[in-house]
Amino acid sequence: MSYTENDLAEDLQNQEYKYGFVTNLDSETVPKGLSEDTIRLISAKKEEPEWLLDYRLKAYEIWLQMTEPTWAHVHYEKPDFQDIIYYSAVKQKKYESWDDVEPEMKETMKKLGISMDEQKVLTGTNVAVDFVMDSVSVATSFKEKLSELGIIFCSFSEAVKTHPELIKKYMGTVVPTSDNFYAALNSAVFTDGSFCYIPKGVRCPMELSTYFRINEKGTGQFERTLVVADKGSYVSYLEGCTAPMRDENQLHAAVVELIALDDAEIKYSTVQNWYPGDKNGLGGIFNFVTKRGVCEKNAKISWTQVETGSAVTWKYPSCILKGDNSVGEFYSVAVTNHFQQADTGTKMIHLGKNTKSTIISKGVSGGKSNNSYRGLVQIHKNATNARNFSQCDSLLMSDECGAHTFPYIECKNSSSKIEHEATTSKIGEDQIFYCQQRGISSEKAISLIVNGYCKEVLNQLPMEFAVEAQKLLAISLEGSVG
Amino acid sequence: MITIKNLHASIDGKEILKGLNLEVKPGEVHAIMGPNGAGKSTLASVLAGREEYEITEGTVDFDGKDLLDLKTEDRAREGLFLAFQYPIEIPGVSNINFLRAALNEIREYRGEEPISAKDFLILVREKSAIVELDPKLASRSVNEGFSGGEKKRNEIFQMAMLNPKLAILDETDSGLDIDALRIVANGVNKLKSKDNATIVITHYQRLLDYIIPDFVHVLYDGKIVKTGTKELALDLEERGYDWIKEEMSL
Ligand SMILES: Nc1ncnc2c1ncn2[C@@H]1O[C@H](COP(=O)(O)OP(=O)(O)O)[C@@H](O)[C@H]1O
Ligand SMILES: [Mg+2]
Repeated sequence: MSYTENDLAEDLQNQEYKYGFVTNLDSETVPKGLSEDTIRLISAKKEEPEWLLDYRLKAYEIWLQMTEPTWAHVHYEKPDFQDIIYYSAVKQKKYESWDDVEPEMKETMKKLGISMDEQKVLTGTNVAVDFVMDSVSVATSFKEKLSELGIIFCSFSEAVKTHPELIKKYMGTVVPTSDNFYAALNSAVFTDGSFCYIPKGVRCPMELSTYFRINEKGTGQFERTLVVADKGSYVSYLEGCTAPMRDENQLHAAVVELIALDDAEIKYSTVQNWYPGDKNGLGGIFNFVTKRGVCEKNAKISWTQVETGSAVTWKYPSCILKGDNSVGEFYSVAVTNHFQQADTGTKMIHLGKNTKSTIISKGVSGGKSNNSYRGLVQIHKNATNARNFSQCDSLLMSDECGAHTFPYIECKNSSSKIEHEATTSKIGEDQIFYCQQRGISSEKAISLIVNGYCKEVLNQLPMEFAVEAQKLLAISLEGSVG
Repeated sequence: MITIKNLHASIDGKEILKGLNLEVKPGEVHAIMGPNGAGKSTLASVLAGREEYEITEGTVDFDGKDLLDLKTEDRAREGLFLAFQYPIEIPGVSNINFLRAALNEIREYRGEEPISAKDFLILVREKSAIVELDPKLASRSVNEGFSGGEKKRNEIFQMAMLNPKLAILDETDSGLDIDALRIVANGVNKLKSKDNATIVITHYQRLLDYIIPDFVHVLYDGKIVKTGTKELALDLEERGYDWIKEEMSL
């Protein structure tokens, strides 16, 4: 029988942020601060080709001209970009195979619940994993099996070496360097991430997943992910992330680009559980991320995100519906508690005819947190018969939290149809009482009610992740009511 | 089973229950009748542990335990069940998962193992038959989009699943057509045993044609003002409540 809310309760014995530990392995870090030299150093450490160094330096030039955006509904102390370590890698003899990975690293992965064990596929786990800690990718599983189908799934750095033509062709085409302040920064200093290419007509037989981990103190993580689904192919990609508990704020500024060529489909799911800071608002990750995909003809991109972590989140996974009949979807649950702040949503840019987009956003806010949905639906003048449906619901757990909705609609084609629905509700005392009257504790009741509230989104997640996400929601909402 | 002595309860500073006494023994069925606003639902809520009410005086003994001292969920786990006058909807949570969570929390409280998936499904099948509940409703979200009658049936289905010692049915008959009324009443009768007890709150005598009470009480202005047998219900049906008021003011 499938995982039920009941099993959930049993998994909630340990209600704290359980990924707050630190792995003790010697790391090689570059000195704090950002300059052309830092960038040259990172590039040299990664043994990168000249063209990539040029790309970085150009991005750095652009970044220097930009200022940090202030339009998001979040307040935080701006990071001191000279006080961040931009590169940190566990000292290693190169990881040629799984056997080279240190026991401490294996232990870390075990604690995070990451399995690299390819044998496990027989017992039902069907996920290929790339594990990225701080600035480098540690290990990728199922590589050979995937390569039999022509699927490339490896760390970004490796792809630069093995498939430079693909990287050159697609990198920066969806999120140009100058797109925004953090995308420019990322383009200058990005370290690792995943690359994935699905050849024409291939349906990727397993979930591809990357697990991002910040470990080293004082570092920022700047990962770069690129997923290319060639014509008629399909891939489901998952991403998870955690970080140790620290009093300091650490910066995570990623860029993710998705390219779905004609008739291709990409399903991209994120369970974001960066350390949110403590209940007084001390510490936590600043999560400033640019995620965007482009759909060619008849292609489909579906973003699903469950955002429970981070002190401040600033994130708008978007779709450019360039090809006719292409489809974009955005399913989001954003949970904030204590002093967390989230400003998240999506952009659906309709360029092609008969393009369709769906936005389902569920914001759950507790404690003294602030949770905003910000979304743009843009219908261009050639996008005949474009359709959008948006639904943005907010659930308030306390009297001191804030929930906000900022929907922007720009429509230049009169044949289009745009629907927007929004609701705000307070978690029902009647509902909690009803559960309690049946013998269910109030904490469990809250978790049941919130999970039910987010069902539409959670249903979009692959099974392994759905279970994880349910647990996370419950943990994140500890002490949220009031 | 339950002994209520001199119970006073208020909400927002307004006293609703004004010294209520009631004793229910195992195996008994008690009916509580009374005009709108008399405090019937308040009594049910107070016993179930709704926090908005302030208990200013009185005691409630439930099977040897001080009921008023127990948390809401512990009262349920001790075997107190309330069929709500207005059952609550919980979107996105299936009836089945809801009940499994409830059942297992109750079992855990009693030091029992969680029920196996197989036994649970057998139980669902058996108990949904008692109230002739459409099996499809069992997998739908709790009460969401249920008709009034379906909600009431679902309450009795939940009662059957949780097998309480004391069930309080708050106007479970209202909104039911005559066939549904018969089904629900039959369900309640089937669940009756010498070890459990039922308090039926109702407006209408007609439910008591099916669920035969041992005692009928009239709740008026926060107190039980008259107690009799099922003939009292017939009297009330015929003559209304005014004669009781008159009798009282004498
Ligand atoms: N939240 C509340 N604040 C003030 N008065 C209330 C509240 N809830 C119920 N009451 C009052 O308490 C009285 C008893 O209500 P209730 O127990 O629902 O009556 P019954 O179920 O017998 O019809 C009514 O006069 C009602 O208006
Ligand atoms: Mg009532």
